[in-house]
Amino acid sequence: MLKDITLGQYYRADSVIHRMDARTKIVGTVLYMVSLFIFNNCICYALAAIFLITVMALSKIPPKFMFRGMKSILFLLLFTVFYNIFLGTGTVIVKFWVFQVTYEGIVNAFYMLVRLFMLYVGSSLMTLTTTPNQLTDGLESLFKPLKIFRIPVHEMAMMMSIALRFIPILMEETDRIMKAQIARGADLESRQISKRIKSLIPILVPLFVSAFRRAGDLALAMEARCYHGGDGRTRMKEMKFAGRDVAAWFVIAGYFGAVIFCGIYFKGFTDYLVAELQTGLELIVAFVKGIG
Amino acid sequence: MDERIVDIDQITYEYNRLDEEGNVEGTTKALKGVSVSAKRGEFITILGANGSGKSTLAKHINALLFPTEGTVTVDGNNTADEDKILEIRQCAGMIFQNPDNQIIGSIVEEDVAFGPENMGVESKEIRDRVDESLKAVGMYEFREASPNKLSGGQKQRVSIAGVLAMHPKCIIMDEPTAMLDPQGRREVIRAARALNDVEGITIILITHYMEEAVYSDRIYVMDSGNVVMEGSPKEIFSKPEELKKHRLTIPQVTQVAIALKEAGLNLPDGILSRKELVAELMKLKECRHPDGLKIRLTDKVRETRNELRD
Repeated sequence: MLKDITLGQYYRADSVIHRMDARTKIVGTVLYMVSLFIFNNCICYALAAIFLITVMALSKIPPKFMFRGMKSILFLLLFTVFYNIFLGTGTVIVKFWVFQVTYEGIVNAFYMLVRLFMLYVGSSLMTLTTTPNQLTDGLESLFKPLKIFRIPVHEMAMMMSIALRFIPILMEETDRIMKAQIARGADLESRQISKRIKSLIPILVPLFVSAFRRAGDLALAMEARCYHGGDGRTRMKEMKFAGRDVAAWFVIAGYFGAVIFCGIYFKGFTDYLVAELQTGLELIVAFVKGIG
Repeated sequence: MDERIVDIDQITYEYNRLDEEGNVEGTTKALKGVSVSAKRGEFITILGANGSGKSTLAKHINALLFPTEGTVTVDGNNTADEDKILEIRQCAGMIFQNPDNQIIGSIVEEDVAFGPENMGVESKEIRDRVDESLKAVGMYEFREASPNKLSGGQKQRVSIAGVLAMHPKCIIMDEPTAMLDPQGRREVIRAARALNDVEGITIILITHYMEEAVYSDRIYVMDSGNVVMEGSPKEIFSKPEELKKHRLTIPQVTQVAIALKEAGLNLPDGILSRKELVAELMKLKECRHPDGLKIRLTDKVRETRNELRD
């Protein structure tokens, strides 16, 4: 039952985006996220959407696959929309108790919705096209300069990749322990939440014990194979920037420049939109009243 | 160059027993003056029941544990010399019991590359070594698979490839087949024998399966921290009584041969494999019945025996 969970959401395909260096993808994604949040206007979002759709098309990932995980952030989306609509500040339309609906709030809610949606799609594009291992390697290489501050970058990356390796093994183990405890009469499917939480203990304790034992064994096996930290370590698959990465950098830089330009040039756009919304709504209200 | 690649000289290993609060309760001697040596290219088996100290001994050869007394020399280097530890670990690779807990990479070839990567070998050469090692254990087709999808025997062969890629002169296998099914056991032992035969790598196999010990050049038997028997498989397995004292048995084939001999068949001592037993049975022309009657094996009987063999 627990085996069905797939880890990481890597989608195997052969595309330019897949073959790109992990570092390019990580930095590109971060820049993209920044671009979504530095400006608050429709034209920038349109640019971001065009960029996103282009990358999506290049990555050859079926859109259906992309939106499959959308459910998990649905609550977050609803909450943000609710928060912005009912708790915003500005010109008030309706007010009751602590809640107030404002014109600015409605526009902001719409913006946040678009932002979060694109944020989600953008970051999952990265995880869909990069294997967990490439990701850790990329992160290790990017954070290497932090070594000056004595931050154990290599060790952290090594921990991450070992964790990734052991998640499926520990999942299987949990499955086995659960079955063993059920066989001994443990009630794991009780309706009562307190009982259910209590029944986790006989699963977690053996799981932890076994995890520690595995960790000890693994440490020994790593030492036996000459592991002595990141110093003097080489790699079989070296990360190399290729022509496509240079091209990608130009595209990302161009995109980022365009967003900054639009952000500054169309600065008043949001205020204009709020004003438009206000007049529009007032017209509707007047119309409704007129009918009444 | 010294003929002996591994030389363990009179080692003792003590560890502290702790009570529940972590205070030292006393010391336990896991090894009590053990001497074991292996020549270059030899296939050595160390037999012993649970708790006999054989795994502790194995960890000394790889400089994972250090003797309280005595010395361990691997390829001319003393394991007590801290500057030589990496060299020793490269020279004497180690395979552990649980295949899951010794595979570090999430892809087969990345795991095999782990050792050479630690040694600082150049990228291109690592690639060559990985391919070559995977081919040597017959796992080349699985190079891009996830270790989780492999069987126990396959995982253990990947571990062997991981050690091979470090170009060791000696491989220590600490009960590599204990968690495998018969099929996996055969795969691993076959791989070990091939490395010994073809590449001339010294193998030190630690096991409690008697059948696996049959192929070795020399056997050491351990019991409660001491080496109690030493000799060729034939010598060791012709003393079932003594083995029994050390909580060990003899291979099934040998048991059958002894039983047949007691029943009156004229068989020699020290039959270790099925092939040998069949060959010896084929040579028989007559057998002695316990009552003293001589029975000639007729052609008919020999024919049936041939059929049975096939």
